[in-house]
Amino acid sequence: MIDFSTKAKNTWCPGCTNFSILAAFKNALNDLAGEGYSKDNFVMVAGIGCHGKIPDYVDINSFMSLHGRDVASAEGIKAGNPNLTVVSFAGDGDAYAEGMEHLVHAAKRNANITLFVHNNQVFGLTTGQVTPTSPKGYRGRSTPFGSPEEPLNPLAVLLASGATFIARAWALDPDKLKEIMKRAVKHKGFSIVDIIQPCITFSDTRAHFKDKVFYLDQNWPTNDWSKAMQKIRENSDKVPLGVIYEINKPVFEEQL
Amino acid sequence: MPMEKKSPIYTILVGGAAGDGAKEAAINFGRLAAKHGYEFFLSVEYPSLIRGGHNYARVSISSKKVFCDSAELDAVVALNDETVEKHRSEIKKGGMIFLDSAEDAGKKGLINIPASAWVKEENLPRLFRASALLGAVCRYYNFDIVELNNIFKEIFGEKAGPNILLAKKGYEFLQSKNVQQVFLPRRKCAGKMVLDGNEAFSEGLVKAGLKNYFGYPMTPSSSILHYLAKKAKEYKLKVVQPENEISVINMALGASYAGSRTAIASTGGGFALMLEAMAFAGVAEIPIVVVDAQRASTSTGVPTRTGQGDLDFVRHLPGEYPRIVLAPGDADEAYLIAGAAMNLAWKFQSPAVVLLDKHLSESVSTVDLQTNKVKIENPKIAGNGAAYRRYAFSPDGVSALAFPGEKGKVVKISSYEHDEDGYICDGVENAKKMCEKRFAKTKGIVVERKKYDSIKIYGDKKAKNAVIFWGSVKGPMLEAMRAVKRPYKAVQIVWLEPFDTDRFLKEIKGVKKLVIAENNFTGQLAKLIREKTGVEIKNKILKYDSLPFDVRELAKKLDKIF
Repeated sequence: MIDFSTKAKNTWCPGCTNFSILAAFKNALNDLAGEGYSKDNFVMVAGIGCHGKIPDYVDINSFMSLHGRDVASAEGIKAGNPNLTVVSFAGDGDAYAEGMEHLVHAAKRNANITLFVHNNQVFGLTTGQVTPTSPKGYRGRSTPFGSPEEPLNPLAVLLASGATFIARAWALDPDKLKEIMKRAVKHKGFSIVDIIQPCITFSDTRAHFKDKVFYLDQNWPTNDWSKAMQKIRENSDKVPLGVIYEINKPVFEEQL
Repeated sequence: MPMEKKSPIYTILVGGAAGDGAKEAAINFGRLAAKHGYEFFLSVEYPSLIRGGHNYARVSISSKKVFCDSAELDAVVALNDETVEKHRSEIKKGGMIFLDSAEDAGKKGLINIPASAWVKEENLPRLFRASALLGAVCRYYNFDIVELNNIFKEIFGEKAGPNILLAKKGYEFLQSKNVQQVFLPRRKCAGKMVLDGNEAFSEGLVKAGLKNYFGYPMTPSSSILHYLAKKAKEYKLKVVQPENEISVINMALGASYAGSRTAIASTGGGFALMLEAMAFAGVAEIPIVVVDAQRASTSTGVPTRTGQGDLDFVRHLPGEYPRIVLAPGDADEAYLIAGAAMNLAWKFQSPAVVLLDKHLSESVSTVDLQTNKVKIENPKIAGNGAAYRRYAFSPDGVSALAFPGEKGKVVKISSYEHDEDGYICDGVENAKKMCEKRFAKTKGIVVERKKYDSIKIYGDKKAKNAVIFWGSVKGPMLEAMRAVKRPYKAVQIVWLEPFDTDRFLKEIKGVKKLVIAENNFTGQLAKLIREKTGVEIKNKILKYDSLPFDVRELAKKLDKIF
């Protein structure tokens, strides 16, 4: 087991579900290193928010970008040196509010990067404001009487934009999360993993999601766009997890 | 004036509706003159629309270097009647109009050429009319039609046929009419390279090692994107047009971090979208060349005209880190400055800003690129051995560079204030030391400046009068020198930041009357000079009507002051 720990003191809340995402990522890195991926060629990118501190906790190359711009940074790094394995982390505020245009276009051009979204449906670091994935009626410091907006379905947007790999994961199942992360990194093209995550301080959804999440059947046809869209948009009480969609298309950097 | 006699300037104007190919025809006339050993300067004037409107290009040729096109016309090439109406008054005595018209020629100073009829006969698009008129002008100046055909072949390859055919018709038509020629002898020197300011700038970037270019279209910066995209295969570049300017700069910073020499360009509005990331580049010490090719007025402004309204802006970007702001004055300087900016950015791991403007970016001229003066200069690169620290303290403030993918090195960068290893650090002592580390680079930048012309002097170096200027004002300023009554010393500020205060004070020592000339309302260079030197320049010639200075108008204003 490679030791990816660093000197940095972890400043997440005690019990934060980011610890689970961090553990899953380190384990995925370790596995990938054993499968021929070079540790030196990994770059992790992050936006700004609670998730954004994650590069400090992993002893590999990293690029702490601006809020919402991590995907653009990741695309640039990949264009600058296509031999690198570029993995970006973002929060739901980062990815789906401030930086949505970058996601849509990264998916459209099929940049060969991977994006892990820490989707806790709330702004954590700025103390609990509404994000694009917060439920309607969400009460936070900027919406004390409840948010009037319907939440965004980011995976539907990204599937429509041409993403070639779409998965959803549950932060509190680090083993499965690790496997999904590995598949996403191995996918050639734009891959996104929307990681549903409770924020134990501002939006504790542990009980809410506990019985709702379920994994897609092993025989789920990952190459069927219409079925994927149907599943992503399914208006049911259940939250499907796993790789929902995966196809192969020429990647952007190789066509430059 | 004696100089005028030795090397007279001939100016022709080609005008028509947008889509008539007036600009291309004028450039081809410039190229034709260049092939005969002449120099030229060409400016373009066009509204922000695709079809219709009034477009024209003015090209001044001479045996000596031409810095700016003249407003006194020797010939007008008119692809429509409007061009004649608009420019008749600018024609010198004895000048000539070449008009696309089926009417019989007869009037003095006007030659009707049935170009529309010819393209109809040949079943060709109307765009080809310009070649017929160009053929006639070729004959008028006694230029070699073979050279014109060569130009068409260079541009269109095997598809040059229709252009060659129509140029021949125009040439022979003029021959048949026995029109008195203006005899311009072929000069015995090699034809010079022809580029516009943006193209020369792009060539400089490439010579200095450019690998990645990102750009979102915005006039007048777009032609850098076009030129580099066209040359991408030849020069082994990666050229990308992302979704917006925010993406442009963030992608570019990623590419730089990965070790690739990178540049971006926009104009004021697009540049404004990049500011958060400019500060990121400053704090994270990421090398990048950033161009603001200025347009006229404010905001969307006058997109296709020129101005110098962004100097204040680019000097006062968010945050504190050592600034590098450079402004070339013509295409040859644009080449050198591109190289300087790239090498400065990498040596000092910092954004380097270059100010261009429409008059510089889009004007076309013969150039003498000083290719021996631009090369890839090596930045400080980390060796092997001790654990890599991206922001290691050093007396000169410059930490050695390493790039992701290097064996055994972990390269961590951050938009947060960070420690020497690149980890987030909000320590009080660290914040102070990191800030001082970044500003320690200023000393090195100032030493480096000595290798370059931070300030350039022209004209009468001992004159009691001096004019200060920057950017594309250089062209009209150097041409005005030939037209003024009293000589002056022309002082061009090339390095706006860090400003060369000592050199400036030395150059203006003993000068009785100081004048500044800028294409803006507030006198932004004058403000900079006052800030850096305490010298207040009261005589300001400011032009903010969206056009570059007119040589005669500028000379008249200078005469009045001196």
